[in-house]
Amino acid sequence: MTETTNKTGVSRRTLLKSTAGLAGLAAGSGAITGFPYVMSAEPKVLRYLGTAVNEGDDISKQCLKDTGIKIEYITATTDDVTKRVMTQPNSFDVLDTEYFSLKKIVPSGNILALDAKKIKQFDNITPVFTKGETPGGKKIGGQGTAPWKVLYLEGKDSKKFATSATEFVTLIPTVYNADTLGIRPDIIKRPINSWAELLNPEFKGKASILNIPSIGIMDAAMVVEATGKYKYADKGNMTKEEIDLTMKVMTEAKKAGQFRAFWKDFNESVNLMASGETVIQSMWSPAVTKVRSMGIACTFQPLKEGYRSWASGFCVSKGVSGPKLDWAYEFVNWFLSGYAGAYLNRQGYYSAVLSTAKANMEPYEWAYWMEGKAAEKDIKAPDGSLLEKAGSVRDGGSYEDRMGGVACWNAVMDENDYMVRKWNEFIAA
Amino acid sequence: MDTSEDILQQASADLVRGSDTARPAKAARLSPSFVSWLQAGPMMLVFLAFFLIPLVFVVIVSFWDYNEYQLLPAFSGRGYTDTFEGCIAQLPELCTIAKTYVKTLKLCFLVWAITLFIGFWVAYFLAFHVKSKTWQMGLSLLCTIPFWTSNVIRMIAWIPLLGRNGLVNSGLMKTGLINQPVEWLLFSEFSVVLALVHLFTFFMVVPIFNSMIRIDKALIEAAYDAGATGFQTLVNVIIPLAKPGIVIGSIFVITIVMGDFITIGVMGGQQIAAAGKIIETRVNALQFPAAAANAVILLVITFLIITMMSRIVDIKKEL
Repeated sequence: MTETTNKTGVSRRTLLKSTAGLAGLAAGSGAITGFPYVMSAEPKVLRYLGTAVNEGDDISKQCLKDTGIKIEYITATTDDVTKRVMTQPNSFDVLDTEYFSLKKIVPSGNILALDAKKIKQFDNITPVFTKGETPGGKKIGGQGTAPWKVLYLEGKDSKKFATSATEFVTLIPTVYNADTLGIRPDIIKRPINSWAELLNPEFKGKASILNIPSIGIMDAAMVVEATGKYKYADKGNMTKEEIDLTMKVMTEAKKAGQFRAFWKDFNESVNLMASGETVIQSMWSPAVTKVRSMGIACTFQPLKEGYRSWASGFCVSKGVSGPKLDWAYEFVNWFLSGYAGAYLNRQGYYSAVLSTAKANMEPYEWAYWMEGKAAEKDIKAPDGSLLEKAGSVRDGGSYEDRMGGVACWNAVMDENDYMVRKWNEFIAA
Repeated sequence: MDTSEDILQQASADLVRGSDTARPAKAARLSPSFVSWLQAGPMMLVFLAFFLIPLVFVVIVSFWDYNEYQLLPAFSGRGYTDTFEGCIAQLPELCTIAKTYVKTLKLCFLVWAITLFIGFWVAYFLAFHVKSKTWQMGLSLLCTIPFWTSNVIRMIAWIPLLGRNGLVNSGLMKTGLINQPVEWLLFSEFSVVLALVHLFTFFMVVPIFNSMIRIDKALIEAAYDAGATGFQTLVNVIIPLAKPGIVIGSIFVITIVMGDFITIGVMGGQQIAAAGKIIETRVNALQFPAAAANAVILLVITFLIITMMSRIVDIKKEL
């Protein structure tokens, strides 16, 4: 739990635990550094490409302790992850990416579908992914690239998504969330309940939106619908005319000076909000948590039109085979076995296998994060810092309420190429 | 590098021995043109492998076709036509892409003018007002101190200073000069130019200083003796002789600013588009041929500017 003991503790403990380590100790050379452990056993190393969402030192340390697999993180932005899959498929082993990227990645033939039969917890994966409904039976909005539309492939080497369940899974789900706008309640000082508020001239020069086209356009569409200007058949798959209309609304707002800045990564969004440069912006749940842990009021505001959701999961590079493929399965199985799930839940994300995560969380934590109940005790972040005092309630309430309120998913449209060009023009306008 | 030095050493050793023992024939074994090819060779190979060949690839790829997830190696002008889509229809109003290039040129011109002005006077001070060599060295080193931290840190350091609740704004509010925070300090063209000037003035100072210390002090004395005023000396003696430094510094600054997208992105709050930014977004969207096409356009523009500058000053001659 405490970081300080780990530094000297881990290497010694792993050494003493494993016979390989003992052999190294007998060899006598570098027992202090832990080097012989690596020398004597075949090193189980996986290069893990992904965004920073699932990645954490605690997760890789725990994984090494439990399975002996060393995880080497390669961190990149969502766009860069996709780019890397296309251009350097041999530079990583395990891929952690979002479902909406699959429409680009799968046709490229650079990834290997995983075998559902080898995933121990596969049948326990939340029905959000498999059926598009919450465990409580609420139907989830399916606009955009909803995970269940792209979860299965027709065959092992197929580049086509299957319409019904097969044993070949594109991405084994790990983490997902329902996103909405973040606001500074201490500055706004009035209730906010609609996506339309993002374009309210009251917040002129103090609003922001994220500059990742495939996600930003979805937020823009939520706003356009909320203002009542237009109702899309599918916000995640617009026609050219719909794209033009959406970008026109956003460009007019931009020209009128509505936006303070655009952000592209987690830290930028935290800085904008924490420094008061913006008071309303699209945000990710842990970014809101981060601002709050800095002692600044920030709300992940539930809105009446619902949430825009995203989900990510694991697959492996086409080039992975032999023992490395076994380690990859071992790692994915470990990831779903509870520790990582609980870790992600405590950050405000949701884990794909709820039962194992629950077993790794204290009942009061589960009640706060998942059931929408008031915290019985102080809520701590994974690093031990105080997040919420006892008595507070999570924004947006329970898992059922939040995931049940999802209106659409991050998407890649058929007209993606056109959309990106129009988005560029919007940024440049 | 090593080989050419070896050959030089060998050659000079031969010459020395030759003068001793009267054997000039040995020195002549390597023809002068061969030696110069050898000397230039390594650099030429590096230049070819890491600049010219990639550049040729960029030009080739810019004429390929593409889809969502791959390059299609078939000739296509789509990278270029997509870039300028709708531009002719919009005339006489400028389309976004044209505006973006105009904006890039404007930022580039502003940064160039300001860095040149500041850089010139810093170099002038170092070269003519600081008399002792030690102080000259010391002060030049002082100029490099900001470069001990990374580019990104120097850039980001401006944000807490210029922000809505930043040091400058809170200072101005306290003194009562303003009631509302000044918004244009950050995420504006002002902050972009400020950060770029801060980052790149040094690239002006060094070459100009380098030209200036090589100016023969006797020339300045002669001008003074002939009755020239300080201003006349500056315009007629110092500036013409410092021209190579000015041009080299300008080339540094212009090429960097034309291609920059990180500083413009961060300091402009991602709201100010630059040519480099277009390329980045295109690459991120996996539209490599379109990105390459924009890179070629940017290269041509930058190349034109530099050609124009070297028309003004023949650097080869001046060096």
